[in-house]
Amino acid sequence: MATNSYTPQELMVAVASREIHDGDLVFVGMRLPILAYAVALETHAPNARGLFEVGLMRDRPADAFLGTMGDPPNVAGAVWATRMSNTMALMAQGKVDLGFIGGAEVDRFGNLNTSYVGDPSQPRVKLPGSGGGADIAILSRRWVTLMNHEKRRLVDRVSFITSPGHGDGSRGWRERNGLLGGGPVAIITTLCMFRFPDGGGEAYVDTVHPGHTIEEVREQTGWVVKVGVDMGETPPPTQAELAAIRKRQ
Amino acid sequence: MAEAIATFVPDGATVAMGTALEPLVPFAAGHEMIRQGRRDLELVGPISDALFDQLIGAGCVRRVTAAWVGNVSEGLGHCYRRACEQGVPRALEVHDHSNFSVSLALWAAAWNVPSLPTRSLLGSDILRTNPNLSVGFGLVHVGAVRPDVAVIHTQRADAMGRAHVWGPLGITEEAGLAADKVIVTCEELVDSGVILSDPNRILLPETKVVAVVHEPGGAHPSPVQGHFKRDHAFYRDYAEQSRTEDGFASWLKRWVLDVPDRASYLKGIDVDALRIRHHRYSATADYGDE
Repeated sequence: MATNSYTPQELMVAVASREIHDGDLVFVGMRLPILAYAVALETHAPNARGLFEVGLMRDRPADAFLGTMGDPPNVAGAVWATRMSNTMALMAQGKVDLGFIGGAEVDRFGNLNTSYVGDPSQPRVKLPGSGGGADIAILSRRWVTLMNHEKRRLVDRVSFITSPGHGDGSRGWRERNGLLGGGPVAIITTLCMFRFPDGGGEAYVDTVHPGHTIEEVREQTGWVVKVGVDMGETPPPTQAELAAIRKRQ
Repeated sequence: MAEAIATFVPDGATVAMGTALEPLVPFAAGHEMIRQGRRDLELVGPISDALFDQLIGAGCVRRVTAAWVGNVSEGLGHCYRRACEQGVPRALEVHDHSNFSVSLALWAAAWNVPSLPTRSLLGSDILRTNPNLSVGFGLVHVGAVRPDVAVIHTQRADAMGRAHVWGPLGITEEAGLAADKVIVTCEELVDSGVILSDPNRILLPETKVVAVVHEPGGAHPSPVQGHFKRDHAFYRDYAEQSRTEDGFASWLKRWVLDVPDRASYLKGIDVDALRIRHHRYSATADYGDE
């Protein structure tokens, strides 16, 4: 049963959680994806495992609020505490089904910039950097990014590719360039959900979130937006999804 | 602490810190470097939760070799931004990495080879900005990064430098093995018998360790499994105050420059509220040999 009272972040978490399939090994990351992993486990994907680059694997969400993946409640009850390079080994072998990456800027081919706005030798804005983002983008089997929907964040082409998506958008770009995984499958924003065609290419709007319109999406996006043939409305968070989110905040 | 930093971290040194990512960040050691006015350091690490930002803002740093510099729960590193965008307080050279590639750079140094190959970073513009990364035979070759010293905070150690660490390790092992010298800081200084009862848990060979500093609370505001939670509010206050140069200067004065040592620093913190009280001890392992 859906409810009509939720925040944009709660909707994004619920939508992100639905990208996790039961049995997936998920490279979880930070912030909203930590919640998305917990929601998936408590709703439709009880057998998903989470992998954290700090050096952890879990088969259930932590019991308490996490400010970071390295907080003590994420370690207690872990099924593996190890070194980072061991988590990267699994990803390099193609054993990570899904990754989440945060981004400051994304373009229509799903490339992410978390490094420099402007010329790298004289940047207008220095962003924190890749972290594990580039590794997830290149090595995980598929990945999803979450972002506030603002025109300055959703740009036609990023000026710096920290974490490659579908490159120049031509079919097979990733394969030609030696990238292992299939790349981004979705961009989840505060207004809508973009998906990508199989084999790469340009993002299209798959669903628009309740209370928002495709016109709003067009206005707030830095490229001429393509729309999926079956474009619909994003299903709102269910009571079970909201309950799983709210008990962790 | 003062003696260890004065002796083993000279101006111009390449220093690995924050190698366990969010936990066990050796803030006390970093603050001592700031107090001693260290200059021209090269900092090496994966994500550096706020400590690198502080050293950069204090003018101690010439180059950063890292995957991410900022404040994990709050976002941007404001001192890092000012240094890169405006050269304030001084210009900063940045060698961008991903988490995996900074690990490989240290493993390469640990194994004494010039580089290690990976498929990660193919297609990333990080290849354009970091001169220690090159492409050949369809792979990225990550050049070795050899720290002069790694500073590692641990739960417990003995006077010989044998340290027990538990919880996720990040890139701590490769950083310690790659470094010429290791400074261990610890929550508890214990008898060798405690450490030697569990040799699998010893982090690094004692032959690498040049100093052991008993520094309880030395990782605050980062978490220490079994000892301290992460002080989220402290990170938030730092992010707010460091937005401006003046704000950072007063933060630095309050928490570093006007504080002689870690014990005095901790008097300004509600340590009891952060202390972990629900302990979860592991089962003992039997090393019986006859």
